[in-house]
Amino acid sequence: MQFFTDNFDVLLKAFLTTLSMSLLAGVLALVLGTLLAAMRVSPIAPLRGLATFYVELFRNTPLTVVFFFVIFGLPQIDTVVGFFPGAVIAVGTYTAAFVAEAIRSGINSVSAGQAEASRALGLTFGQSLREIVLPQAFRTVVPPLGSVFIAMVKNTSIAAGFSVTELSSTLPRLVNADAGALLLVLLGVVVGYMIITLPMAFAVNRLERRVAILR
Amino acid sequence: MSAPVLFDVPGPKAKARIRIGTVIGVLVVLGLIGIVLLRLDGNGQLDPARWAILFDPGSGVPQALGQALVRTLQVAVVAMVASTLLGVLLAVGRLSEHRFVRIPVTTLIEFFRSIPLLVVIFALYFVLPRFGIELSAFAALAVGLTLYNMAVLAEIFRAGILSVDKGQREAALALGMRKTQVMTLVLLPQATRRMLPVLIAQIVVLLKDTSLGFIIGYFELLRQARSLVEFLNFNFGNIYTLQIYVGAGLMYILINVLISQIAKLVEKRTRSNSKTAAVGAIDLPNAPVTTGNNSGL
Repeated sequence: MQFFTDNFDVLLKAFLTTLSMSLLAGVLALVLGTLLAAMRVSPIAPLRGLATFYVELFRNTPLTVVFFFVIFGLPQIDTVVGFFPGAVIAVGTYTAAFVAEAIRSGINSVSAGQAEASRALGLTFGQSLREIVLPQAFRTVVPPLGSVFIAMVKNTSIAAGFSVTELSSTLPRLVNADAGALLLVLLGVVVGYMIITLPMAFAVNRLERRVAILR
Repeated sequence: MSAPVLFDVPGPKAKARIRIGTVIGVLVVLGLIGIVLLRLDGNGQLDPARWAILFDPGSGVPQALGQALVRTLQVAVVAMVASTLLGVLLAVGRLSEHRFVRIPVTTLIEFFRSIPLLVVIFALYFVLPRFGIELSAFAALAVGLTLYNMAVLAEIFRAGILSVDKGQREAALALGMRKTQVMTLVLLPQATRRMLPVLIAQIVVLLKDTSLGFIIGYFELLRQARSLVEFLNFNFGNIYTLQIYVGAGLMYILINVLISQIAKLVEKRTRSNSKTAAVGAIDLPNAPVTTGNNSGL
């Protein structure tokens, strides 16, 4: 117990690193992912192709490999990023592919009749997308998008392998503690992740119920 | 819904706008590729001699990567088989009528789904030895992958079992089958057939996760690539780094794209198969959001 209280600061700092990494990567993933989803439904073929290529590439690449290219690959084209910004970029760009897929499936789930009806009423492309399709798409996308972001928080743990002192990395760092203390550290790490993911899951559930539409 | 549903067949003006957009789009894409190629070329990274190392058996690089790929696949196969078997058991356990089975199984599933896989692997590799259980890097990775994926697969199987039409179960019970028979002879075969595409897609996730072996020092593809780079850098200077990483990365991507395509193919065939007719549409994300998976992340 003594050991645990002594190292509480280490755990707290690691927790905050995980939290800020999740927030920054989440914003990056959301912005990039929305952009990619918009590109995939746009009438301009090269943009569609680029977005499809991006999504397929990242969905089939392990996140660890993405980390490799950001941390060890970018310096080869004279772009050196630090470990923390590198981790944010890796997790953010990787998650963006999944965000794009979730949003696109949401757009697909809005029945074609809705778009056809809005066109028949004389709405323009922008109007029907803004007023009819996207509001409905957003509602169906809440649960899968929530899953993507919760999985992302768990994925930030991979930064432990790339010199970021986040939550998981406290285990190998404090490995010389005695058995009982190490078990407490493990418990602290698990609880740390749950402090982030459980409220997220709760918020997603609440939001889902609030915006739900009956079809 | 593809673009055509969202707007009318473009007229001459709209066509012109789309054409301008296409040209700008092509230019932007080409520009991006150009910048990367220019910077790579500036560092001499495009020199064919550098890339030849990936295919030159004399350098030992292709053999090393090949062996590493085998080690990656070994872990993946062991974990996939074990987690599928355990996943079925847990799925059935979670659907049990007995509370003393259902509650512990549900807790187990939710626990392993809610913590990062890397934490499980760290716990096996760093914490267990303190309690006198020494695991090799291979064992820690295989067991970690199994524990995590069995929980995910259990949810997939559960969704599959629940999606089988209620009449099937009722009919089987009416015929006098026991609960075990209903599960093994009627529900599971239909559920498995319907869940096959999702199961195959999960292999991609598992294969991607074997790269975590890099962090605990199991010599899978990525760790092997890293150590090759360190060895080559020591002997020849920093000239092969990018090439080796691209090589290893491409191996992952090729295998995973292949498996993804198989999953899509199987899905298409399942849909038109009369044997899965009694299975309703599956709403996979219905698994509780507490932990979030099924997205292939």
